[in-house]
Amino acid sequence: MKHTLSVLLRNRPGALSRVTGLFSGRCFNIESLCVAETFDPQVSCLTVVTAGEASIIEQVTKQLHKLIDVIKVNDVSEGDFVEREMALIRVKAEAATRAEVLRIIDIFRGKVVDISPTSYALEITGSESKIQAVIDILRPIGIKEIVRTGKIAMLRAPKK
Amino acid sequence: MSKIKGSQAIIKCLQEEGVELLFGYPGGAVIELYDELCKSSIRHILVRHEQGAVHAADGFARATGKVGVALLTSGPGATNGVTGIATAYCDSIPIVVLTGQVPRALIGNDAFQEVDIVGITRPCTKHNYLVNDPEDLVPVLREAFYLAASGRPGPVLVDLPKDIISSMIAYPPKKKEPIKMQTYQPHTEPHPGQVEKACRACLKAKRPVLYVGGGVILSNSNQELTQLARRLNIPVTMTLMGLGGFPGTDPLSLGMLGMHGSYAANMSVAKSDLLIAVGSRFDDRVTGRLDAFAPQAKIIHIDIDPTSISKNVVVDIPIVADCKLALQAMNSWLDKCDEYNPQEVAEHHQPWVEQVQEWNAKHPLAYMEDGEIIKPQFVIETLHKLTGGNAIITTEVGQNQMWAAQFYKFNHPRRLLTSGGLGTMGYGLPAAIGAQMAFPEATVIDVAGDGSIQMNIQELATARECGAPVKIAILNNRYLGMVRQWQELFYNRHYASTVMEVTPDFVALAQAYGAVGLRAKTKAEVEPVIREALATKNVVIMDFSIHREEGVFPMVPAGKATTEMLLV
Repeated sequence: MKHTLSVLLRNRPGALSRVTGLFSGRCFNIESLCVAETFDPQVSCLTVVTAGEASIIEQVTKQLHKLIDVIKVNDVSEGDFVEREMALIRVKAEAATRAEVLRIIDIFRGKVVDISPTSYALEITGSESKIQAVIDILRPIGIKEIVRTGKIAMLRAPKK
Repeated sequence: MSKIKGSQAIIKCLQEEGVELLFGYPGGAVIELYDELCKSSIRHILVRHEQGAVHAADGFARATGKVGVALLTSGPGATNGVTGIATAYCDSIPIVVLTGQVPRALIGNDAFQEVDIVGITRPCTKHNYLVNDPEDLVPVLREAFYLAASGRPGPVLVDLPKDIISSMIAYPPKKKEPIKMQTYQPHTEPHPGQVEKACRACLKAKRPVLYVGGGVILSNSNQELTQLARRLNIPVTMTLMGLGGFPGTDPLSLGMLGMHGSYAANMSVAKSDLLIAVGSRFDDRVTGRLDAFAPQAKIIHIDIDPTSISKNVVVDIPIVADCKLALQAMNSWLDKCDEYNPQEVAEHHQPWVEQVQEWNAKHPLAYMEDGEIIKPQFVIETLHKLTGGNAIITTEVGQNQMWAAQFYKFNHPRRLLTSGGLGTMGYGLPAAIGAQMAFPEATVIDVAGDGSIQMNIQELATARECGAPVKIAILNNRYLGMVRQWQELFYNRHYASTVMEVTPDFVALAQAYGAVGLRAKTKAEVEPVIREALATKNVVIMDFSIHREEGVFPMVPAGKATTEMLLV
């Protein structure tokens, strides 16, 4: 089962290495990883998507907590959360398919960020399922290249 | 504020942390630090290989409970220390390792004697630091000592660039309040609800067993444990790391459990209805095949590290706490509990106690005598007899280690210093030196094999030079014993690369270092050799030619259940 962990880290040299080293050393799987500073320059937020049974995820979480540089670990997939990913997709766009590609981009509220005689590069932001849907729709037309960020996630604020 | 040199600041900081001696080996990156160190009150023990320095610091820490310190130079000095650091990491031993590093401007430039030791030791240190700013030097060192000793202890490495060591800094005064870290807050107090549950389970159980590990030694809670076991009349088994946590000669002691544990220890765990794990971590050497481990038992687990709880075996009553505080809380609860009647509980558990003692009587740890051929177990028994069971014993790894653990009964903690988690051959001699430096009046004996002793044999020079009259008992069978045993049992006696054709004359080797060498070739010679060694105020090597194919039994073969023991 996939889990999204949001990890607050001290923004120190090597902190990221400790986290990735922990995952690789103990054979925990990293499906995607995204990390950057938060509003506090001393603190980074790292979002990692990992997969495994509940007991593995429990070990991953506990091992992360044990790292001195880790401030807090949230299993975001346990609660109600907002998730986003971004993808840059270079798709074939010749005379015949150009209009179709633009229409699809429009439907998914993407943006064209690069043009060449034979291709468009589009930028698309959204949930994992949305990104996957775009890729699936564009695949028959011909995808030349995809670059994706990892997932970032934030728990929804309590409504009361 | 007047500034002092980084090197002076380091010395001052070490002195404030109570460091009176450290083990090390100089080099270019740390020459400035050595210049100050050897003017200070801190005693420096020069080793002959950096691995020896780290093992000596480790042995010192295990023997005393204090933080051991090693000082290594950059590059190969640091990398030579990695095995020692990993050894301490696997057994949770508090040491601080200071490594020299090239000047900051040269880091990352493939400089002479530069390695990314922080990168290399990230997975085998509790934490590590590269000091990048002179102002960080003292705070980092203080934090390093705090981390090494607190919570679940472990090795902490501090990498010191040469220019940081020579920089001028304003020395920040040490605060009276203990260090507080936002990201590290070990949970030491036991949850009262869990303590009550655990106590009630102990009172109710019909076949309880205490399974005691290194955590009891590290937390200095052997007295609380002994009190609890005796008042509840519960048999106690110990891991290799826990030996001495409960008196080995006590009638309730089952000795060591696991792969080479006693029959009674493994059977009692297998048949127990309540397993009380204190400071132990359900390691594979102890559990054997997991699905067959303690199948009928409810499990209580007291450990300071949450990652150890329910990692291999799901437990029923977890208590995340310092073992000493948890055991004190259990004893207090029993003190206040009206339903607790010591006489009743003792009687309630007595049939079980008699059962486990019967198993012990039926299959005690034993060996076959063979005329005048020296049996290694006899050597250990004789060592025990002639030292009154009070020596500090370090071991190497393999058969020598297991025989020492089985046949030297430890009644006190911090007397058996052995590499359990990593199983590092070459650990015993430098660790013995570390222990001897901590307790100059004690008898310190390294139980070794002929293979292991050669891994850090150069430390004989260290022992001679610093005046550490350690005794080395080599159980010499001219084989890599433990591997040979496996080859005998499971690989059709195909002794691939375990026969040591060339074995040095250990007596001559001892003499070459100015030490005393003694040899015993027959059973009759064993006791006189040991007597002479113990009476000699010098480093002594005792070379015992033991039965070449003696095995360590019982043995739980890999992947088998602990009840599937091979007996003698």
